[in-house]
Amino acid sequence: MNAVSSFFHGIGDRFRALPRWAKIVLAIAAAVIVYLLPIINPPLITTTDSDFGAVLFLCALYALVAIGLNIVIGYAGLLDLGYIGFFAIGAFTVGVLGSAHAKLPLLLCIPIAMVVTLVSGIVLGAPTLRVRGDYLAIVTLGFGEIVRLILVNADSLTGGSRGISNIPTPPNLDLFGIPHLVWDGFVAKVDLSNQTRFLQFGVTDSIPYYWLALTLVFIVLFLDWRMQNSRVGRAWEATREDEDAAELMGVPTFRFKLLAFATGAAIGGLSGALFATKQQFINPDNFTILYSVLFVAMVVVGGQGNRWGVVVAAALLTWAPEKFRFLADARFLLFGLALMALAIFRPQGLMPPRRSVRAKKADEVAPDQIDAEGVARA
Amino acid sequence: MDLLLNHFWEFTITGLAFGAVYALIALGYTLVYGVLRLINFAHSEVFMWGSFASVWVLTALGASKASGVGVVGFLVIGFAAAMVTSALVALGLEFVAYRPLRKRNSPPLIALISAIGASFVLSEAMGLRDKPFKWFGLDTDLASYVGRPREASPLPLNIDTVRLFRVFDYRVSNIDLIVLGSAIVMMVILDQFVKRSRLGRGIRAVAQDPEAAALMGVNRDRVIRLTFVIGGAMAGAAAMMYLLKIGVTRYNAGFLLGVKAFTAAVLGGIGNLRGALLGGFVLGVAESYGSAIFGSNWKDVVAFTLLVIILLFRPTGLLGESLGKARA
Repeated sequence: MNAVSSFFHGIGDRFRALPRWAKIVLAIAAAVIVYLLPIINPPLITTTDSDFGAVLFLCALYALVAIGLNIVIGYAGLLDLGYIGFFAIGAFTVGVLGSAHAKLPLLLCIPIAMVVTLVSGIVLGAPTLRVRGDYLAIVTLGFGEIVRLILVNADSLTGGSRGISNIPTPPNLDLFGIPHLVWDGFVAKVDLSNQTRFLQFGVTDSIPYYWLALTLVFIVLFLDWRMQNSRVGRAWEATREDEDAAELMGVPTFRFKLLAFATGAAIGGLSGALFATKQQFINPDNFTILYSVLFVAMVVVGGQGNRWGVVVAAALLTWAPEKFRFLADARFLLFGLALMALAIFRPQGLMPPRRSVRAKKADEVAPDQIDAEGVARA
Repeated sequence: MDLLLNHFWEFTITGLAFGAVYALIALGYTLVYGVLRLINFAHSEVFMWGSFASVWVLTALGASKASGVGVVGFLVIGFAAAMVTSALVALGLEFVAYRPLRKRNSPPLIALISAIGASFVLSEAMGLRDKPFKWFGLDTDLASYVGRPREASPLPLNIDTVRLFRVFDYRVSNIDLIVLGSAIVMMVILDQFVKRSRLGRGIRAVAQDPEAAALMGVNRDRVIRLTFVIGGAMAGAAAMMYLLKIGVTRYNAGFLLGVKAFTAAVLGGIGNLRGALLGGFVLGVAESYGSAIFGSNWKDVVAFTLLVIILLFRPTGLLGESLGKARA
């Protein structure tokens, strides 16, 4: 059962052992490949039944969502079952300010959406984060549903179930065209008739949106990394592992939980805003409670607390149902079975964070075999 | 507001009837939470399977033609079918989705993921039911059971609404009476069972302290199975009541109802049997009043807002956690 995690950790170890220049070259190469995925359109990976660019956009979008939720669940250990609420608030803020009631440009709408979700995260979190554990789960579940119901019912503000259309797109650059590749078996050909204009955001081509989402994923990943390795990240970890002990050590746990909740909410709002501008049309049906459940599944499948793990899991769980669209109806059944199998056979997720793997190993070794530095003598 | 004041008793009794359904489902959540500290997320699907069981059994017996005393007989059969099926589904759920995790000492969040998976599987299996029958060419023979799997299936039982007696300005119907009456009977039986019987004592013992209970000779696995069976049977009864009140069921009927029932359990204090009952009724009545005041669109908003408010002032629910305490 450890094959998967030792495989990933093996890759991680090799990567860390490389000299600095090789690391940079490899990372840049990997990033370029990921950016060019929809252009390369690789066989086996590409989705035949739905637009590959659109699928990749969704993968990147949900990766962003998963990073945000990972802060709440993985770092701070707060089970949030209403994350779709923040996603919806972000999307509708852009919709209301960009199209329905004002005509603000998108680049102004997105920061406003993030601030609005941040504030709503604090407003929800301040009273509820004093409640522990399972109660928090159900309160957030209720919150997610309340948001959707308000969106449906507050006709004058949100257009009710008709939704909002004509949501603004990001500004276009339109510099040059990039031809796509077509594959004949495993031989690639350049298809000049099918080009993606570099940064023209339209209805027909999802690829520029994918690039935008991917860029945001990388930026947020970087910030996430800086945050986790700071005092804040350690405070979150301490709170998650033992709230009372953390409090005794002088960590203001409530404030840090609220910070995690609000940060997660803001990232949720950002993803919602991105979703709105890509779809250009949103209605409350896009934001059912089922998505909250799916988001939590992404974080847990990826291994709570490991940012690369949740990104991979989010992309995988988005891509798989599209790839296997021929299974049509049975997709959700198989998804459910996969979750059950995962819970039984791999409860720590596909890629658990390194530190929790080490902690588990230390637990398994008898205490007297652990030396002064807390390292298990194997 | 005028609407509420003019039809106060109507809204109260309708609210109580829905509250009874919530309360019975909430019992399943609260029992399992009491012994396992686990949110049985798939419990709503246990309810949904029970509702289909009674629809199908009654269809097979040709209940739609019944009248008079026959209806009462079919009603009992419907209850029995739903309760037995739900209990079996709950038992199977425990065996497949939770027992393997317990053996491995998994953290609670993982059990929740397994429960979410099981919930998907149960609801989608019902949504896809025509497919496997098509492979064997049985779909035309069984069309009234497996056909239109994603659409609403009606309860094939004609019960004329008879207004029996007045409570102030509201004339109580026979359906209200059946729903409320059977719910109260069921609740009293369960309450006494957990309070007085040997098995009930086992449940309370495990809820209070699993290790000490094991030392005293309580078979933990058997107690857990028992709680799933009891919770399932209660959900089955709730399913039949729901059918009487609403008239149709769907493959995804369980979800929102499950969330509300869980809300009811939390409202009363999860792990507390009487709390679940109280929570169910409070939620049902509050929803009913809310829909009278703000319009029926806002019904669910009222329910969840109430939950948030109560948890703010009483973080452990109305009656607190006490399945393991002497009061039970």
